[in-house]
Amino acid sequence: MLEQSYYDKADEIISTYGPNPASLIPIMQDIQAEYRYLPAELLTYVAGKIGVTKAKAYSVATFYENFSFEAKGKYVIKVCDGTACHVKKSMPVLEALYKKLGLSPEKHTTDDMMFTVETVSCLGACGLAPTMMVNEEVHPRMTPEAAEALIDELRGGEKE
Amino acid sequence: MIHLKIDGIPVEVEKGTTVLAAAKKIGVKIPTLCYLENLLPDGSCRICVVEITANGRSWVDTACTAQCSEGWEVDTMSAKVVDSRRKTLDLLLSEHTISCFRCEANGDCKLQDLCVDYGVEKTSYSVEQKAKPIDDTNKFFTYDPNKCILCHRCVNTCNEIVGCGAIDTMNRGFSSVIGAPFDDTWFTSKCESCGNCVAACPTGALSMKRRKKYRKYQVEKKVLTTCPHCATGCQYYVLVKDGKVVDTEAYNGPSNKGLLCVKGRSGSFDFAQSPERLKYPLIKNKETGEFERATWDEALDLVASKFMELKKKYGSDALAGFACSRSPNEDIYMVQKMVRTCFGTNNTDNCARVCHSASVSGLAMTLGSGAMTNPIEDITQKPDVIMLVGSNPEEAHPVVGMQIRQAVKRGCKLIVVDPRDIGLAKRADIHLKLKPGTNVAFANGMMHVIIEEGLQDDKFIAERTEGYDKIKEIVKEYTPERVAEICHINADDLREAARMYAKADKAPIIYCLGVTEHSTGTEGVMSMSNMALLVGKLGREGCGVNPLRGQNNVQGACDMGAQPGDFPGYQKVANPEVVEKFEKAWGVPLNHTPGTHATDVFPKAITGEVKGLYIYGEDPVVTDPDTTHIIKALENLEFFVIQELFMTETAQYADVILPGASYLEKEGTFTNTERRVQRVRKAIDSPGEARLDTDIIIDLMNRMGYPQKHMTAAEIMDEIASLTPSFGGISHARLDSEEVGGRGLQWPCPTKDHPGTYIMHVGKFTRGLGWFYPAEYVPSAELPDEEYPIILMTGRILYHYTTRAMTGKTPELMEIEGKSFIEMNIVDADKLGIKNGDKVRVSSRRGSIESTARVGTKTSPGESWMPFHFPDGNANWLTNAALDKYARIPEYKVCAVKIEKA
Repeated sequence: MLEQSYYDKADEIISTYGPNPASLIPIMQDIQAEYRYLPAELLTYVAGKIGVTKAKAYSVATFYENFSFEAKGKYVIKVCDGTACHVKKSMPVLEALYKKLGLSPEKHTTDDMMFTVETVSCLGACGLAPTMMVNEEVHPRMTPEAAEALIDELRGGEKE
Repeated sequence: MIHLKIDGIPVEVEKGTTVLAAAKKIGVKIPTLCYLENLLPDGSCRICVVEITANGRSWVDTACTAQCSEGWEVDTMSAKVVDSRRKTLDLLLSEHTISCFRCEANGDCKLQDLCVDYGVEKTSYSVEQKAKPIDDTNKFFTYDPNKCILCHRCVNTCNEIVGCGAIDTMNRGFSSVIGAPFDDTWFTSKCESCGNCVAACPTGALSMKRRKKYRKYQVEKKVLTTCPHCATGCQYYVLVKDGKVVDTEAYNGPSNKGLLCVKGRSGSFDFAQSPERLKYPLIKNKETGEFERATWDEALDLVASKFMELKKKYGSDALAGFACSRSPNEDIYMVQKMVRTCFGTNNTDNCARVCHSASVSGLAMTLGSGAMTNPIEDITQKPDVIMLVGSNPEEAHPVVGMQIRQAVKRGCKLIVVDPRDIGLAKRADIHLKLKPGTNVAFANGMMHVIIEEGLQDDKFIAERTEGYDKIKEIVKEYTPERVAEICHINADDLREAARMYAKADKAPIIYCLGVTEHSTGTEGVMSMSNMALLVGKLGREGCGVNPLRGQNNVQGACDMGAQPGDFPGYQKVANPEVVEKFEKAWGVPLNHTPGTHATDVFPKAITGEVKGLYIYGEDPVVTDPDTTHIIKALENLEFFVIQELFMTETAQYADVILPGASYLEKEGTFTNTERRVQRVRKAIDSPGEARLDTDIIIDLMNRMGYPQKHMTAAEIMDEIASLTPSFGGISHARLDSEEVGGRGLQWPCPTKDHPGTYIMHVGKFTRGLGWFYPAEYVPSAELPDEEYPIILMTGRILYHYTTRAMTGKTPELMEIEGKSFIEMNIVDADKLGIKNGDKVRVSSRRGSIESTARVGTKTSPGESWMPFHFPDGNANWLTNAALDKYARIPEYKVCAVKIEKA
């Protein structure tokens, strides 16, 4: 069971868009923005409130790559593996991050819930390839070393 | 209008018509896979593509989505079209396991047919298909994603037509599958196992497990018949192989629209073929108390001589005979004829006594006719508002429930008046969660608000009703605040409901046993007609007062005169002219005194006034309130005969048991809840020496000295028609004719050229003027007190029917729901230290049983609910046999109990 605060937050978000089926996607987006994932119980709760079936809500959530039912880390790192970034050696950047954080294509998030590493198909910044995003911030012309340094920096920032 | 040419044939259509619909109009066939009639097109399968030419250019488009334009030339089989369809099939096969040899759908698969038509043998793509896990959890069917072409027909059926919404398309792209959300399986989801998705599947992806037992070409015959469970009257074919029914197939009947529920599709034939069927007549050995096999001659001689002996000794009224509401009209007619001509009494009845007798008597008093006024399709397709009172159609009349869900999806408003959070309450605009037994107060409160706000229909009241001034005086006292206190509801919700109902142009009242099964049941029913009369919502489309009758032929059992006060067609025993008419027709003097109601026969058996009882197909030990007193009554009888399919609890007490035939073994008719007389047809033979029930009755009549010539069911219906004005135009030949076209006939149907009556009371009520019954609220007979502080209601669940004599023989239904339970509120449970799933002891003044607690908020605090299907804790040991003064219906819906942890 989720804490009551989650349901209160969901109610607040639902009231922003109105309790109707057409509000499903913006509500899911706001919930994901709030918690960095879609808690399953909360999606079921929202579905009931706005008059869509639980099956439909789940169907929509699994159609879009962006929605996740797994809790993500504080820093969500999206390594671009689009054509431009790929030829500019984005894979070594990804490998370096995996190695540094003990992650893999199967395990996306560190146990301390600090980092999630994913790949995306294109960030639309091919001129800056290879690129990656940390939450909302774009990091251009990455190298494995720069990626590792960035992790240390983010960890360091936390310690202070 | 728009003009276009399809394959060179000119066609004129309205704007907005799709190419697919236009082609259908002129008989041009376009193949489809995902298309479902009456729904918005899915447009996903791409098989229905056609080539369209207009303004000098041409393109390929899907016929199900393309809306016709002026001047279009459409080619449905051009080279481009054929090429496109081939490529689509090629792509579909690239993700479809070709396992036709062992596929249940082999020979019955639209994908296979299309591949044959278009010469596609295998895919040209060299992708390796990754095996996806099969969901085999549903008790009746299997989903194999490896055969699924993602046409979404199952999803659209479940969401839009059935209105359940258990499944949807999950994930994206190659990993797409159909299924239940999160970690749910088909079984753990809210799937109701109705199987309408399976019927919609064009391939073998969804298939009934029983399909493994036969191949399509092995089906010898398909017999169209009527479902034997609830009174919706769903039509389906039974499929016969080697003299056994192996499957059902929904038919697009007038009340079911091609839909079936789990009981109809999957629980309607196992029982007839069960090894537990009675195969020989049985006579109880008085010394050992054991039943012994007898010949038909021995059994019939004994029954006839014994009843005649008792008649001589104690008089005619010491005998009684009940007919079966599950059996065809023809059988019921013969039972009451035997009781009246041979027993010489009017002590005949049927189990409507314990379910909807209050509707029959109540609506007869206020409107003149005790039946549903409007048809199911009318009250679900036409209205702006539906008011549902004391009815849980999603479980008790599932196919009506599906049609109400469709109505709500279309935007029809829904008012639910029910003490429980039933499924439809969640979809309702207003849910009045009233205290059980307060329907009259609720209705009077509604009328108070309607009159106070001037929303009544004065013209209708003046022209078509009587008794208005009196009811107006009475309801003055029922202010919303006072009613809110009696009913435990919110006064403003009541006001809102009254406005919503009164202001709607078309609004039916649909009600069920929550209204009738009270000691004030008849007054509850008349309160329903009071509300409708007040706002003039009777005698027109999308309106009316509509009792959803319980059993498949309980309407017919009442119509056929299995009632102590009525001959067939509600012709009154109290009217000497009527008795004279039947004396003339049947050729013997008849008893002029109305008989005893079934619920009064049992007390009279205890006091010794009734000595001999003949029961055809009822199981009162399980179904009647206060089991202890029923058993006492049966034990006190001098002679008790039962005509049955199974050794029921009641049959154990019989002196003679006569094995009859199930609905699959005979010809006849059932009359559904909307007064529609529909055919029942023979598909298989009876087991052992079991005989046609009408033959058994006719043999007995002759042995008792009444010269009854042998008649077929069709001949019996002709006799019914000759004596019953409302059935005058009904015959088997006409029901089977092209004129009727499988839609049955709705009584009144007085003459051979009468089309039947779709809506009753148009222009004039059967009784002349509609009568406002001056109903005052009277509390239930047994109210909670310190010792028994909780109200117990009883009812029915989706997966079973009444005694389970039939549904209990389908093992899958027992696996889904097979044990007694009691729903109780969490507040009460906490106080009593009871947790969800705990064993509990439930006791009333009459008995005590064990059950399992289901704790939640479905019932209000101080209230509980139990199904009465299960022998391990049958609620009827607890229920109260307090009777309504008009209809003698018992108060199943309210008794006081205590619940303790067992």
